[in-house]
Amino acid sequence: MDSKTITLEHGAGGEVMQALIGEIILKNFRNKSAGSVGLESLDDGSTVKLENFNSNSELVLTTDSHVISPVFFPDTNIGRLAVSGTINDLTVMGARPLALTCAVIVPEGFPLADFEKIIKTMDETASEAGVPIITGDTKTLEKSALDSIILNTAGLGITDHPVRDCGLRPGDSVLVTGTIGDHGISLIAHREGFDFDTDLVSDSAPLWKLVEPLLSLKTPEGEPVITAMKDPTRGGLANALNEMAQKAGVGILLEEANIPFKPAVSAACEMLGLDPLEVANEGKAIIGVKAGFEEKVLEILRQHPYGKDAALIGEVTAENEGDVMLRTGLGGMRYVDVPAGDPIPRVC
Amino acid sequence: MESKKIPGTGPEFEKKLLEKLRTRARPLRIMHVCGTHERAITKHGLRSVLPEEIEVLSGPGCPVCVTPEADIDTAIALAKSGVVVVSFGDMMRVPGSSGSLFDAKAEGADVRMVYSIDDAVGLAEKMQDKEVVFFGIGFETTVPANAATLLRGPLPENFSLLTSQKRTPPAIDLLIKDVEVDAFIAPGHVATIIGTGPFEPFAKKGFPVVVSGFEARDVLLGISLLQEQVEEGVSRVDNGYPRVVKPEGNLIALRMMEEVFKTTPSEWRGIGRIEASGLALKKEFEAQDAAKRHEDLYGKALEEIREKARKQGKGKKNCICASILTGKAKPTDCPMFGKACTPKNPAGPCMVSLEGMCYNWFKYNRSTRAGDKRGGREGDRGNA
Repeated sequence: MDSKTITLEHGAGGEVMQALIGEIILKNFRNKSAGSVGLESLDDGSTVKLENFNSNSELVLTTDSHVISPVFFPDTNIGRLAVSGTINDLTVMGARPLALTCAVIVPEGFPLADFEKIIKTMDETASEAGVPIITGDTKTLEKSALDSIILNTAGLGITDHPVRDCGLRPGDSVLVTGTIGDHGISLIAHREGFDFDTDLVSDSAPLWKLVEPLLSLKTPEGEPVITAMKDPTRGGLANALNEMAQKAGVGILLEEANIPFKPAVSAACEMLGLDPLEVANEGKAIIGVKAGFEEKVLEILRQHPYGKDAALIGEVTAENEGDVMLRTGLGGMRYVDVPAGDPIPRVC
Repeated sequence: MESKKIPGTGPEFEKKLLEKLRTRARPLRIMHVCGTHERAITKHGLRSVLPEEIEVLSGPGCPVCVTPEADIDTAIALAKSGVVVVSFGDMMRVPGSSGSLFDAKAEGADVRMVYSIDDAVGLAEKMQDKEVVFFGIGFETTVPANAATLLRGPLPENFSLLTSQKRTPPAIDLLIKDVEVDAFIAPGHVATIIGTGPFEPFAKKGFPVVVSGFEARDVLLGISLLQEQVEEGVSRVDNGYPRVVKPEGNLIALRMMEEVFKTTPSEWRGIGRIEASGLALKKEFEAQDAAKRHEDLYGKALEEIREKARKQGKGKKNCICASILTGKAKPTDCPMFGKACTPKNPAGPCMVSLEGMCYNWFKYNRSTRAGDKRGGREGDRGNA
């Protein structure tokens, strides 16, 4: 690793963070697997086998800490982000969320009314997905040690067939459940006081109910129609798709014209010099689908409000192993690479 | 590689321009001198759809890339001394001789990102117990905003400006003496301010020039206009961006620049010193000049930087950025490309910002077309 101290980029979800996880965390934890998916897979969660309890199912366990500035943003808050994030990590593993935890670290001076708002939002979001929050922890710190609230949510889920982020195979189609970049751009616009479009809000949402009906879809041969899933959070679509391509050893070819963007997101990205493919989403999933089932899956997704803009954005190829390609509107081709860290606006 | 499932779609106007370019294609080496053009070209994958005969190269057009290491080191030294240093986002990751402003931030320095000089002034108003320095970099596109803020006054007493601003015309003068291209695309943003006149020397030297905007269609239109000039055997400055660019430029902006800044010699990363290519604050604005206001720190920082440079001596001599920026070499001709020089550890200016040619070749242009001479990086992703 290049630097001797932790920088913000070590937690930004890009290459720098991958290096930290690989070279320090994975190297030093020795016992890190309890089922078919362990920590070393760096999937959205890991599984716990229940063989000793006479069950073919596996439990899926995931955890996520959330910090965001500001804590309240259009038109929700950190509570929805935390609960959705954890439910979505279980969801993209193909696991039914069973229960969540809620650990809070909060600085002195934090308004109690805001605290209650956040807790209420967590409850509403979890209820939307039908998941109870069953245990928690609360710590406070001096103002000088922490300037805003940190939420950690762990989630427990269960599945018979974990869906992996490494499951793409050549010929599969790649779908996304809705417009890209809404969360990241709405947050930048809000934080910096840009008024691009009053309708642009964070897409933060729990996706379990949207994805659940897809999990039982089978091909005539009895194989699952859904081959892989991932939620494109930090690092956006670019990061998630690269990870999926690398883990599966396949190429992904995207069709730029088919990727759904809100006009305000495109305009803001153009103005700020950001690549919308690298901007965070908090209520979207990338779904790998067996060829021939795209329409069926899209039809199901579009019945749910969170999936109304679902689209077929690309296909999985045997060539360009580990890479993501994009065919531009003009028919030009380019690579979509892993972002280095958080998207940074440009000067010109 | 053709997609079987999804029919290719694309705007008709661009398709027609491409068709025209293809039917009339002849060997043509075009250089643009603007980071935003490079960005537009790579974003739309234009190099992969242009006819083989047309080559588009990237000249010295990215202000972040050409900001010398010493200026970045100075900003870092100021930040580490307790001054709040603010600058544009893409300046943050650019390494000086050891580390970037982001690294300084990680070590505890107060470094912040802003979108304009006015944000920096606002910050100074809020933090009256701290010195706030705006690290102002850029070409003629960003300089007028800095000038306007200084002229508007009165500014908070704790605010000053560390300038690393550059003028385009002296770089052009240097380019036309020694460059291996047939024609130029001139930057629409810069021309908006300085007009089309400063690009006339190119045309007089026999280079067709077109001032272009930044949509795919603008760039394609520009190339088409250049193709026409070459066919006619003429060289002039065509305005391919008339919806924005006036021949005389923006006279108000030019007057403000002149009122606040004076020309000085300036160092360009990877290129060297270019006479009259810098813009420093005039004496009347000394109170807002960070170099004067923090003279002790500034002097000390400069001394350390010179000392370091002496010690490192050679260091990055294999970098061929100067040849790349003058169209004589491609990134893949450089022995360091993708190996000793990567976006995370750039040796020269072209690998520094997302507008640099090496950076873009590294990131996007690993072309899938077999034998594509215009794109492609050797080596694997493991270098990243």
